[in-house]
Amino acid sequence: MLRLILAEDSVLLRAGLTELLTRGGHQVLAAVGSAEELVRAVEAQRPDAVVTDVRMPPDFRDEGLRAALELRSRDSSLPVLVLSQYVATAYATQLLTGASAAGLGYLLKDRVGEVAEFLDALQQVAEGRTVIDPEVVRVLLSRQSEQRPLARLTPREREVLTLMASGLNNQALAARLFITEAAVVKHASSIFMKLDLDATEGNRRVLAVLAHLSGQEAEA
Amino acid sequence: MSDSLPLPERDGPAPVAVLTAIRRPLRFLGSWWPWRCWAYLGSGFLIGYPVLIALVVLLGLGVALAVVGIGLLMLVGAVAAGVPLAALERWRLRCVEPVPVPDPHTSLAGAGPAAWLRTRLRERATWREFAYATLLGPVFGAAGFAVIALLAFALILVATPVIVWAIAPDHVMLIPGRQVSGPLEALGGTAVGLVAMTVAAYAGALLAGAQVRTARLLLGPRVEADRILELTRSRVRLVDAFEAERRRIERDLHDGAQQQLVALSMTLGLAELELRGIPQAAGAAALVARGRGEAKVALEQLRDLVRGIHPQVLTDHGLAAAVAEVALRHPVPVSVDLDVPRLAESVEITAYFTVTEALANAAKHSGASHVAVVGKVEGDRLTLTVTDDGRGGADPGAGAGLAGLADRVAMLKGRLVVSSPVGGPTRLRVEVPCSG
Repeated sequence: MLRLILAEDSVLLRAGLTELLTRGGHQVLAAVGSAEELVRAVEAQRPDAVVTDVRMPPDFRDEGLRAALELRSRDSSLPVLVLSQYVATAYATQLLTGASAAGLGYLLKDRVGEVAEFLDALQQVAEGRTVIDPEVVRVLLSRQSEQRPLARLTPREREVLTLMASGLNNQALAARLFITEAAVVKHASSIFMKLDLDATEGNRRVLAVLAHLSGQEAEA
Repeated sequence: MSDSLPLPERDGPAPVAVLTAIRRPLRFLGSWWPWRCWAYLGSGFLIGYPVLIALVVLLGLGVALAVVGIGLLMLVGAVAAGVPLAALERWRLRCVEPVPVPDPHTSLAGAGPAAWLRTRLRERATWREFAYATLLGPVFGAAGFAVIALLAFALILVATPVIVWAIAPDHVMLIPGRQVSGPLEALGGTAVGLVAMTVAAYAGALLAGAQVRTARLLLGPRVEADRILELTRSRVRLVDAFEAERRRIERDLHDGAQQQLVALSMTLGLAELELRGIPQAAGAAALVARGRGEAKVALEQLRDLVRGIHPQVLTDHGLAAAVAEVALRHPVPVSVDLDVPRLAESVEITAYFTVTEALANAAKHSGASHVAVVGKVEGDRLTLTVTDDGRGGADPGAGAGLAGLADRVAMLKGRLVVSSPVGGPTRLRVEVPCSG
């Protein structure tokens, strides 16, 4: 059971998400409609994790995302799951290229329809892992310039990396792709080798994607 | 750009100060007006004469050496030199006309010499100024010289008694064969001199007035330019209104339909979860799952639509991020090299839609295998080029999209150039001032 604070400006979705999270066995301490209220509520109630929308009053731009970053700068261990209407990788980059991506999640709002997966992603984030929406990863992987290390991955490896980034563990991954867990491990180690990543690090599954995101950041 | 400029009221030609002044002869002759006109005409002769010589030399040599190529440079130089000369003339005109003649040229602050020359040679104002430069020496310079010569002669006549007195006992002859006997008799010369001065004053005033009229005609913006300004302003208002409307639609879709669909798919997801727990309801669970899939597709379509209406990533992250996003989704590989800071919103929007339009054209028509988007800010100018290695032969006039873009770019006082030789490459280049 997680003690959560939810920020979402649409009344309809705020009610729906509260219901969904409650049904998922969590406790919603506060459901607020703006970034300011979110920061205040977190300061006051010290939740286990935060779920927030990107676009909120007053300007309806990326206030939610910026509030998330501010909360993280005050407490780098606070798990935050950001729900976004945008596939645009710039938002994921903005969120995930801080000091540490541990306990951060960037999901498309559409995912809330896949209730089980959504609740699972929230759990992953609360446990300090990183979750990136598969759609965002797909866009990232869809068009790689030849110099990028990600371009060296085989289509199957990309598929595995995408699912890894969306927070699936090896067992779920094997079930999803109809392969053995041993095969998943083999793919994973091949990915880490190609991307020149230290496979012993915790949360390594997403490092690959993050490496790419920070590469994008440097270019933009 | 969208600030309003006062438009001059036009009811017939504007009055010329010096021509108004000569309607009251006594006041005119006693005022500074004649002297101002003479100073204006005298300095005009001093400028006009060297200009005439320079033009004759440049044009003559230019035509003679046109074959060699250097001659063409001379001809271009002659025309371009008319621009600073005209600026000097507009400034000199203040000597006789309090109402300044506005600069007819578009501002090219920060443009390189090549861009400056290309733009200026395309402007009609440049050629009008060149025409003025050719008139300056032979017409105004010569007429000015005549007036000044008459003035000098008149001044000598006025001073006759003094001269007679000064050079006595030598004799002065005003009329050939008749000596002036003394200063008193010489007063007749003074009288003639004063008449001549009056003639010189009126001639100078009329000539200066004519030159003011000519300068207004050739050195100032044309009357239709005012209309164009008016039209441009109304177009700017239209585009601004259109942009605001797009934003409103985007907001409405985001706050309305998109949220509703998300809520719908969430409700369906919950229903699916409930039904999965009931063995007899497997069919219903499958149907609900299908409904959720359909809602998801609708959401994706709506998202693409909203992005086309107004890309939020552009507002939040700027041009480079928004273009990178478009490049990622493009069917043809796109390399993006944008080194631009955050710019004025109107500039970002125009630049963004230019890139998306160029990319769409490259995907549709060119058969390109690679597209390169390059952009940088130099001084106060953003330069963007989109180059594809496709077939080329694109007709810039054919695309309604491109025409609309050219309008947008023009409104920001920028330029859009499309070059698409048959066989490729097609290159679209946009330059806009960053101030928006």
